[in-house]
Amino acid sequence: MKKGKGRFLTMTGGGFIGFVLLVAIFAPLLTSYDPTAMTLQDRFLLPSFAHLMGTDQNGVDIFAQIVFGARVSLLIAMSVVTVSLCIGLLVGSLAGYCGGWVDLIIMRIIDMIYAFPGFLLILTIAAVMQSASVGHLIFILCLTGWASYARLIRGEILHLKNKDYVLSADALGASHIRKLVLYIWPNLVGPVMIQASFGMAVTIITESSLSFLGLGVPPSTPTWGSLLSAGRNFLLEAPHISFFPGLALLVVVLGFNLLGDGLRDQLDPKS
Amino acid sequence: MSFLIKRLLSTIPVIAGVVTISFFLIHMIPGDPIDIMLGDNASMSDKESLRTELGLDRPIGVQFKSYLVDLSRWNLGRSLQTQRPVLLEIKERIPATLELTLATLFFSLIIGIPLGVIAALKKDSKVDHGLLIAGMIGLSMPAFWLGPLLIWLFALQLDVFPVSERGTIGHVILPALTLSSGIIAILLRMTRTSMLDVIREDYIRVVKAKGVGFFKIYFVHALINAIFPLLTIIGLILGALLTGTVIIETIFDWPGIGTLLFEAIQQRDYPTVQGCVLVISLVYVLVNFVTDLSYKVFNPKVSFE
Repeated sequence: MKKGKGRFLTMTGGGFIGFVLLVAIFAPLLTSYDPTAMTLQDRFLLPSFAHLMGTDQNGVDIFAQIVFGARVSLLIAMSVVTVSLCIGLLVGSLAGYCGGWVDLIIMRIIDMIYAFPGFLLILTIAAVMQSASVGHLIFILCLTGWASYARLIRGEILHLKNKDYVLSADALGASHIRKLVLYIWPNLVGPVMIQASFGMAVTIITESSLSFLGLGVPPSTPTWGSLLSAGRNFLLEAPHISFFPGLALLVVVLGFNLLGDGLRDQLDPKS
Repeated sequence: MSFLIKRLLSTIPVIAGVVTISFFLIHMIPGDPIDIMLGDNASMSDKESLRTELGLDRPIGVQFKSYLVDLSRWNLGRSLQTQRPVLLEIKERIPATLELTLATLFFSLIIGIPLGVIAALKKDSKVDHGLLIAGMIGLSMPAFWLGPLLIWLFALQLDVFPVSERGTIGHVILPALTLSSGIIAILLRMTRTSMLDVIREDYIRVVKAKGVGFFKIYFVHALINAIFPLLTIIGLILGALLTGTVIIETIFDWPGIGTLLFEAIQQRDYPTVQGCVLVISLVYVLVNFVTDLSYKVFNPKVSFE
């Protein structure tokens, strides 16, 4: 029962993500409009065959902004999750494997990051740094993002390092690196995949929230968050400007949440 | 008792860290903060006088020391925009944020918990699956999309609730509903899991055998026992609310601490930004502390090392 439900959730979530991924990859083939080209005589057009999702307050095609915005969102989220994961893997392994004062110091730093309400810290750093590029934004999101992976990996390693097969590798004279890479890390794949899936959802929401508040990527880049922010001023005249970017966000975030839940049902026997 | 003292001691370094980080945030500004605060057209003498006024010409160690001294006297500096004390600005905004938070908590509890009980009682039925899917959508729903959708539907089309700002009870409903969508989803799930554990217990079978009514069995006897694990979640929720309000308050022009922070960020009013970050983070630390305590008090099975 549980396995079947897990598979269903994984497939559905994966399907949503796959769909958006394909849209992002083939964005230039899907639309002939430029997502930054303003055509002032075509402002506030309702959805039609010419403009599938209508146009915004500057006469820019919304469908084009959505498909190119998918690239921005996914690119940022994948970079952030990958970098955070690598840092988390190194730091978490160090803490869990070495123990002692190394563990103590690393855990205090992680506690510190968790002491702040996450989004508040990111918001303020973004505001203070006056981030102006995608690179900046990725850096800011990684600054706090690694902590959750490090904590997860540390916990798993504490539990794994005393397993019989690791101890027997040790008895056979395996080096620390060999034990870690060959015998411990492979067991982290499941929990890390689950966490990374939820991490993608959170990162996408955070990135769009920042763009929504005008603190994300530069205004010339088409993003779902900035489109939503613009649409908010024209809710009465042109609700379609707000509708489509929000729907796109919902599909991606729902996809990653379903995938994470499904993987947890399938991979984690404890829950 | 020893747990209380240990937990209390462990918050001290956290608070020290929060204070330190919120001080250094303002010093992270790339370039000269004075140039950024006053803009490019300010005269040299204006810049120098502001620099002296803010004490930014002193060594950083001295600045940090005087910041700590000011803090101990509840002095968070003055807003660059209004020239009023930051603490006063924050104090004025607290009632609005508190109102929104309490309303959100209220909606979340009265919707999330009963739905969770229903899902547990109808386990694996269509109702259960429907609720789980709805919960999943609620959890994934970006608040800054749900907010405008609710405004469009209930304020602009149906004209039931006002579009924005604070005032009557009607004003608080839309922002509170927006904020609660994700929380309802979490509560639904937690209540369901917790209820499923409880209704298998022997004492529920005993109450059933005694012929107690359906409502009383599940909504009184079972729910009371199922609710304790939810206490930690309520702490998490309050924490999430504190940050969620920045976006929601901005959408609904709600005059709370979130809009104060956002306006201060836009106007580069750094003393106010610093004050807001400090106050919100300290409340967050406090909420986490109280949550841990209440969890320990109500659930003696749990031990913290």
